[in-house]
Amino acid sequence: MRIRLEKRREPSRLMQALSPIGAVAATMIVGAIIFQAIGYDGPDAVKDIFFTPVLASYKWQDVAAKAAPLILIALGLTLGNQAKVWNIGAEGQYILGALGGAGAAILTQDMQGWWIVPLMIVCGMAAGALWAAPVAWLRNRFGVNEILSSLMLVYVATQLLNYLVTGPWKDPHGQNFPQTAPFTASQRLPAALFGQPFPPGLYIAFALALVFWLVMARTEYGLGVRVVGEAPRAARYAGYRASDAVWSTLLISGAMAGLAGVLEATTQSGQLNLGFPSGYGFTAIIVSFLGRLHPMGIALAGVVLAISYVGGQVAQTTVHVPSATAGIFQAMMLFFILASDVLVRRRLRIEWGAGQTKAARA
Amino acid sequence: MSLTLVIAAFLTIVNLSTPILLAATGELVVEKSGVLNLGVEGMMLSGAIAGFAVTFLCADPELADKLPWLAAAAPWLGVIAAAAAGALSSLLFGFMVLTLGANQVASGLALVIFGTGISSLIGTAFVGVAITPFDSVFPESLAAHPIGRLAFGYSPLVYFAFLMVAAAGWFLNRTRAGLVLRAVGENDLSAHSIGYSVIGVRYLSVMFGGAMAGIAGAYFSMVITPLWAERMTAGRGWIALALVVFSGWRAGRLLGGAYFFGVFMWLELFAKANGFATILPPELVKIFSFLPSQFWASMPYLMAVIVLAVMSARGRGGAEAPACLGKPFIPDA
Amino acid sequence: MDGKPRLQLRGVTKRFPGVLANDNVSLVVRPGEIHALLGENGAGKSTLVKMIYGVLHPDSGDILWDGEPTPIDNPRSARKLGIGMVFQHFSLFEALTVLENIALGVDAKIPQNLLEAEIRRVLDLYGLKLDPRRIVSTLSVGERQRIEIVRALLLNPKLLIMDEPTSVLTPQEVEQLFETLRKLSAQGCSILYISHKLHEIIALCETATILRAGRFVAECDPRRETSRSMAELMIGGNLKEISRTPGRAFGAEKFATRALSLPKIGDFGMALKEVSFSVRAGEILGVAGVAGNGQNELMEALSGEVASPDQMILLEGKTIGRLGPTQRRALGLSAVPEERNGHAAVADLTLALNGALTARRRMGFVTGGLLSLSLARAYAGKVISTFTVKALGPHSTAGSLSGGNLQKFIMGREILQEPSAIAVSQPTWGVDAGAAAAIRQALVDLAARGCAILVISQDLDELLELCDSLVVINLGSLSRVMKVGEASIEEIGLLMGGVHGDPQATVEMTEALQHAH
Repeated sequence: MRIRLEKRREPSRLMQALSPIGAVAATMIVGAIIFQAIGYDGPDAVKDIFFTPVLASYKWQDVAAKAAPLILIALGLTLGNQAKVWNIGAEGQYILGALGGAGAAILTQDMQGWWIVPLMIVCGMAAGALWAAPVAWLRNRFGVNEILSSLMLVYVATQLLNYLVTGPWKDPHGQNFPQTAPFTASQRLPAALFGQPFPPGLYIAFALALVFWLVMARTEYGLGVRVVGEAPRAARYAGYRASDAVWSTLLISGAMAGLAGVLEATTQSGQLNLGFPSGYGFTAIIVSFLGRLHPMGIALAGVVLAISYVGGQVAQTTVHVPSATAGIFQAMMLFFILASDVLVRRRLRIEWGAGQTKAARA
Repeated sequence: MSLTLVIAAFLTIVNLSTPILLAATGELVVEKSGVLNLGVEGMMLSGAIAGFAVTFLCADPELADKLPWLAAAAPWLGVIAAAAAGALSSLLFGFMVLTLGANQVASGLALVIFGTGISSLIGTAFVGVAITPFDSVFPESLAAHPIGRLAFGYSPLVYFAFLMVAAAGWFLNRTRAGLVLRAVGENDLSAHSIGYSVIGVRYLSVMFGGAMAGIAGAYFSMVITPLWAERMTAGRGWIALALVVFSGWRAGRLLGGAYFFGVFMWLELFAKANGFATILPPELVKIFSFLPSQFWASMPYLMAVIVLAVMSARGRGGAEAPACLGKPFIPDA
Repeated sequence: MDGKPRLQLRGVTKRFPGVLANDNVSLVVRPGEIHALLGENGAGKSTLVKMIYGVLHPDSGDILWDGEPTPIDNPRSARKLGIGMVFQHFSLFEALTVLENIALGVDAKIPQNLLEAEIRRVLDLYGLKLDPRRIVSTLSVGERQRIEIVRALLLNPKLLIMDEPTSVLTPQEVEQLFETLRKLSAQGCSILYISHKLHEIIALCETATILRAGRFVAECDPRRETSRSMAELMIGGNLKEISRTPGRAFGAEKFATRALSLPKIGDFGMALKEVSFSVRAGEILGVAGVAGNGQNELMEALSGEVASPDQMILLEGKTIGRLGPTQRRALGLSAVPEERNGHAAVADLTLALNGALTARRRMGFVTGGLLSLSLARAYAGKVISTFTVKALGPHSTAGSLSGGNLQKFIMGREILQEPSAIAVSQPTWGVDAGAAAAIRQALVDLAARGCAILVISQDLDELLELCDSLVVINLGSLSRVMKVGEASIEEIGLLMGGVHGDPQATVEMTEALQHAH
């Protein structure tokens, strides 16, 4: 028997639609087998990770709270991925977004007004974009690989957060805990809106998904971003400058991660502490690929990944899997989606028998 | 500055730079064959837990009674297990990018997430236990000698790292197999058309890189702190990737580069231990104590960015990198 | 020529997804024979020889070596049999030395110093010049080919396969190569010579096997055939000639450069030195030259991908040197680069979006940053129907088209924008005869409508057929302009760098020729 990958003349649209579903399904099956093999109740773990959060309506608020930042960050990353600009430092930009918001909160500590939250959001987005800016500049100016530089800045951002919450921004009334002062009522957003258990971030994320879809599919800029990613020379020939795409995609993805960070701070945590970094910046990379680099797909994939987070916590208490379980399932999803991506462009051909002639041996 | 301080600093720098040297040596060979495996951090974590777990289990007191040789060999078996774990996880990556032709950047990241998860999963059973580190390979009189320590006072893995850098340099530049490996990384289509197995060569080098990263991870859990902690490699795998760029893809330059980063990693510890107060005049200490410890902790990463900028500017956008680095190869039939 | 054939193929078939590359092909090569394998681009020549060299494997059929059925598993076993191969796209490693490159192609483990001595011996034997210590990226195309030849010769081959060896050589270099090949043949080495250049085959080969669309068509003696008769066997029909109105008059100057000079980019680029040309309305100016003499640099300067000092490029009297590609297109200057995939078109994008790449502004698809997909689709549809592009429709990806059809689409995309001037590089490179004829006719018709056209090509025959006047590019400078009817092939050859490999001598020769006129 021999397995061969044959190139398709046209990428398969069917496979494009099916591959994320297949990847999630494969993750469930393989995950159940692995966890069964190492001594947990595999099927129950899978059930709790992927289905309990959907079936139990009291978990929806948790899912929505996690889906919002994942979708927001992934939308920005996707724009970059289209241009093959690999910003894997979204986690750092996410932290900076929260710091930007917290900085604005400290300045407006004694003030009131509807404008405070918008101000925090603007500061957060600006801080996120600012954190991505050196990555863009270094790539355009010196050709520095953005993968490594953006990632290094995550560690710097973590240290910056650490410094600020243990030093200058430490809550003076916080009994010396490493955390900022809690945000005031004017600095907070409600965790649920319109009588539904969904935070404002989720509505913003879905609205922005539409905007990103419009930009990617229906604008001259969106076409340029894609062409820069697919064929840099063709982009130059078509009058698109790669350096513009590097700048714009990194600043936008930085601002989106910043937005996610500031929304998380003002909606969920209400202050900053050492535990703020959550790994959303990295998980969003999975969301981007699982969503097939399509804004609508990302909205869905963000919800799926959020479910796996919440479900991971459920499974911890019910079937006593360790906290790392959700991460393993998420990594498996990424592996499977990348593997099934291959089938979009290629056809798997399994040949039984040794081929027709001796010469056909390879 | 006293001599003991200098010696202590030197020992620490060597200690801290060894894992990135090990991992970077492996990654250099991988990248020379044209594959970019960003999963170093994940493979290091796999190696870290495998090495720790096997060492711990082999040194189990009950077993040691029955099989004393097993306990004696425990750290070595740990290193072998770490190498195997690193290589095994690299195979996952290899299958993705070599057999399936999947995106190397994304597959590498998946490997990081996977390695982080799987090491935490296994590691839950090993939190809070300790292992006995390596015995010195040299007699105590040399290894503990105040000056002799500089040459003889290290973990055997340090000497192994030196050996592997030299071996990698010799292999890549002086052997025919190394020539083939470079050829594959330089022009995969040509190598294929004159009859070399591009995929085969790349699988072997990816596995070598995985094994080296695994050993690098074991250095954290078995030498630096003989304890298991989640995510204990703390981003050093990424520094190793930067180190390969820093070296301009030359084995000879890995060593200096590793110590360059080692100095900044040492500075973090030194600042934390308030070391500046012991060596600097008071007026200068003021300046240095103005810088928070977090500044020193972020220095290795900031330096990595600066080094990348300098190297990229000099190399005019990666002219030194293997020409096929990161590009998938799929033959037509 | 008695006894067993050195190589015989019997009923060899090879199928790729969607394509039957070789269908039941048979071929006989006798010892010491120079045998041509002739066919259009896409006729299956390369696939066939890759199977002989073991890179690919036939789906069915037999390969016989010295009369014995012999499966050839990989290039290594091919070399063991005594088969050497010189690839069309050289299988060289740019960052390695000549010596390392040759060592990679020799299976026996020979110490480097012995190998070097052996290389020098072979170089002397065939009168070839090459320095084994040089890094390949610093060598000229001709020198690179010599590496491949030496690599093959070191094996003392019994069969040497040459895949389109002359496409990158000057006429003088071609003659040198032929001498080497004749020497080899006299020593009993068979040569399988792949080409679509008929006059070369007539000059060199004793037998020719002709392929068409993957099938064996005929075996003939080229010395008894004419170029025309073989061409008709190759394309399977009558050659269409370009029809043009005789005695056309040209209009005013439309498109020109004035002493265009640009520094070289990167280590392997070529600087442009005071390039001046002028194309009038309705005129087709050809730029001949060996690859790598500044053609790509000139093309990028003209398309706007690389900016120049403003006054150095003129379109209808306006200086446009510092404008980018989009602005130049808005003014009516189009460009088609040599490379289709990844430069002129993007394989993964639909034809509609590929159309939008260059037509989006000039054809009004863009309003306020929004891109109208329906207009883009309509335009792509129009290109497809006007230029009879074989494609399912505007939604097909560019990558699904054959080379010839994609080139027709790209040319059509530019031509339907009715540019006032256009620069085209290698318009028919790797394109089948039917599509090539259609493209050439479209260019002639465009010129007849008053467009100023610049054609860069390495195919001298094409330029002579297509152009009104001709210049030669060598080492980044242009020769004087020649009228096509008055140019001598000999002189063009010398201008192309007949003393290749010695840049100084070439410069002197070029200057001498320039002064002579």
